[in-house]
Amino acid sequence: MAASKEMTDQSRRSFVKQTAAGAAAMSVVPGVILYDVARAARDPGDAVTDRTRWGMLIDANKCVDGCTDCVTACHEENGVHQLGRPATDAQWIRKVHLRDKQTGREYGIPVMCQHCEHPPCVDVCPTGSSFKRADGIVLVDKHICIGCRYCMMACPYKARSFIHEDVTGQAVHAPRGKGTVESCTFCIHKVDAGEGTTACVQACQHDALVFGDLNDPDSRISRELAKYPSRQLRADLRLNLGVRYRNI
Amino acid sequence: MRAILGQLFLLGPMLIVGSVVAGDRVSLPKYPQPVGEKCVEPADIMRREHMNFILHQRDETVYKGIRGITAKHSLKDCIDCHAGYDEQGKAMPINAKGQFCESCHNYVAVSIDCFGCHRTTPDEINKMRQLTVKFNQDRPYGGE
Repeated sequence: MAASKEMTDQSRRSFVKQTAAGAAAMSVVPGVILYDVARAARDPGDAVTDRTRWGMLIDANKCVDGCTDCVTACHEENGVHQLGRPATDAQWIRKVHLRDKQTGREYGIPVMCQHCEHPPCVDVCPTGSSFKRADGIVLVDKHICIGCRYCMMACPYKARSFIHEDVTGQAVHAPRGKGTVESCTFCIHKVDAGEGTTACVQACQHDALVFGDLNDPDSRISRELAKYPSRQLRADLRLNLGVRYRNI
Repeated sequence: MRAILGQLFLLGPMLIVGSVVAGDRVSLPKYPQPVGEKCVEPADIMRREHMNFILHQRDETVYKGIRGITAKHSLKDCIDCHAGYDEQGKAMPINAKGQFCESCHNYVAVSIDCFGCHRTTPDEINKMRQLTVKFNQDRPYGGE
């Protein structure tokens, strides 16, 4: 027993030694390391990995009440046509108007799928259609969605919509059809193309939205999250959201 | 059950004889000529296996995010090449009568599910995006 303990300790010591040597070698060529970190995102043709976690930071102070540029851009980008029937029309993103009853402060924030680390919609889905991709984007596999809408009930953010009517003229990159549930995809076609942004972020003229990789400490979103206070909606649910808010 | 099978055995040779006699009674499907140099697989393999290719590709794309030029068997690419155009140069839906998908699926009496959700015509905006995708993929993240 004692002998085996000693052996373990020795092997640990040599491991530590090797690691230290490795670290030294790495610091000799810092340029290579930086390049590797930058490339960590993905090579074309490779599957998504959890090295990246996509997130969004929304600043309520910068968001202008009454402006709906992000909503328009999102729906245009993803071919989410509004049919003039607000009760059933799909909403991938919407402006929510808030008023503090005590102070009278009024402001609006865009709310979309919050891309939870522990998504309730995935928990309740009976077919496995609702899923979280390795890079943290929560999606619906519409091929196996049966339209039961459990996920819509489970979502604390009312982020998902059901498609009630036949759809034509979809965007090529965003297939959508009657009888399935859908929600914000973080513009997955843009993310996969390496654009690293979303239609709503691009459309915002007030710099209220920041999109980026939460796992990359050098990304703008990570730097801002480290520097300024931010909040998750219904943080008490401990879902660890991908979307964070400032000044709410 | 056995009686039905027996009848089928009797009917079988009759059907074969019938088709030989009638010859071209059911004409082969006609569809617009595709654009592009060649298909991603030989035509005979595509005829038999296309549904398996796109079924496999859909999971690669939906779950692993493999799309754009690295998605070899993408339904979008089928439509980009195989769509027909009317006199005004407007793309026809690929599942419209006489078009590429519909003509053959109608011939073999198999319904298509794809186009409840998927777009049925090529998208000009998307062509621009494809160029962007290629541009970005040639110079992956962080490249100058």
